[in-house]
Amino acid sequence: MIEHIELFFKSIFIDNMVFAVFLGMCSYLAVSKKVATAVGLGAAVIFVLAITVPLNWLLDQYLLQPGALVWLGPEFADYDLSFLSFIMFIATIATMVQLVEIVVEKFSPSLYNSLGIFLPLIAVNCAILGGSLFMQAREIETLGLAVNYGISSGIGWFLAILAIAAIREKIRYSNVPAPLRGLGITFIVTGLMGIGFLSFGGMLTGGDEEVKEEPKEVVAETTEIEAEVDNQIKIVN
Amino acid sequence: MGLLSKKDAKLITDPLADNNPITIQVLGICSALAITAELKASVVMGVAVLFVLGIGNVVISLMRNIIPSKIRIIVQLIVVASLVIIVDQVLKAYAYELSKTLSVFVGLIITNCIIMGRFEAFALGNGPWKSFLDGIGNALGYAVILIAVGFFRELLGSGTLFGVPVLGDPIEKTGLYSIGYENNGFMLMPPMALIIVGLIIWVQRSRNTTLIED
Repeated sequence: MIEHIELFFKSIFIDNMVFAVFLGMCSYLAVSKKVATAVGLGAAVIFVLAITVPLNWLLDQYLLQPGALVWLGPEFADYDLSFLSFIMFIATIATMVQLVEIVVEKFSPSLYNSLGIFLPLIAVNCAILGGSLFMQAREIETLGLAVNYGISSGIGWFLAILAIAAIREKIRYSNVPAPLRGLGITFIVTGLMGIGFLSFGGMLTGGDEEVKEEPKEVVAETTEIEAEVDNQIKIVN
Repeated sequence: MGLLSKKDAKLITDPLADNNPITIQVLGICSALAITAELKASVVMGVAVLFVLGIGNVVISLMRNIIPSKIRIIVQLIVVASLVIIVDQVLKAYAYELSKTLSVFVGLIITNCIIMGRFEAFALGNGPWKSFLDGIGNALGYAVILIAVGFFRELLGSGTLFGVPVLGDPIEKTGLYSIGYENNGFMLMPPMALIIVGLIIWVQRSRNTTLIED
């Protein structure tokens, strides 16, 4: 249970799709001019992520991972189809989006009217494929956690687009320097929001978990810390 | 340019500045910004997109008359995904460390909006040679921004370029560090990529005022 709660908050705040890894930026910037449309797209993203991430988890677990084909017989244990994962994931996503669109249109026309126009947009949204790829890269262990991961990263994305849409509605009344208007100021505001979200980093793990996941930055940071320490030592000496 | 007519050359030079895919068309930001903390990763990402977009545009353009328009998105996705798999496998074979740094962002070239955008807007309506030039031009425009962001983030963040120290040694206190300069570790954090792109847009639009939005 505890790992579910941890993953849930981590995916929403710490590894937020927009602010930490820049996924789904294109639609985030293009569809965030009004709060109402932003809510529609955000809801559609949660919906599609909740379906595609567990599906791709099953695909990864029983087809693509090294040794995943062992359920066919022991002679398949050596097979490694993971190089196919991009094409399989994107095919699953494209088909699922199409299917969801058809089903929703048939059974709930009202939902279709509010969500429907966003669904085709979503097939090529980086956040959806990114959700599946990160699910694979982070080696999510169980199907339950995969469902949780899909929904919670969707909620994180929803929060981000909702916030920026609200800010953009207000920015319209401010006196922004002309060359920054529109796109420029949106980028900068998103950056500032990202800095705010950085502060959630210590919420669950005291920052240790983060260190494990971003080795690149850690290297830079540790060398800096080492440099600092060295300087201190020199000063003391 | 003897090889290219004036119109063809424009296909390459336009996306470099006034019709830049990132700062003007707002495409392909998704997979771009997270990997720009180092210059090397930015360059490799730019080359990968150059390869995928150049070849993909030609393939789609050659098939444009036989693709039924209803399933064109799936066809486009399959073409891109196959090209990206090639890039990913090559990187894993010849630059394993770098492919670890780029991690899932190589895969995310598939959903990079630049690629789908150029397929839809250009390759489906133009011949292979023009499409190739358009692909190269847009990929270069993308790479230019990526490299600019990577340059500033690595220079200001860790004082190196391509991993080589250029501002002196922070530990030995040589070069700039001897007069009290410090690295700004914050530049390595993800949000700074957004702010730098915002500043690039600012500079570009103050120089070319026709681009200003209202």
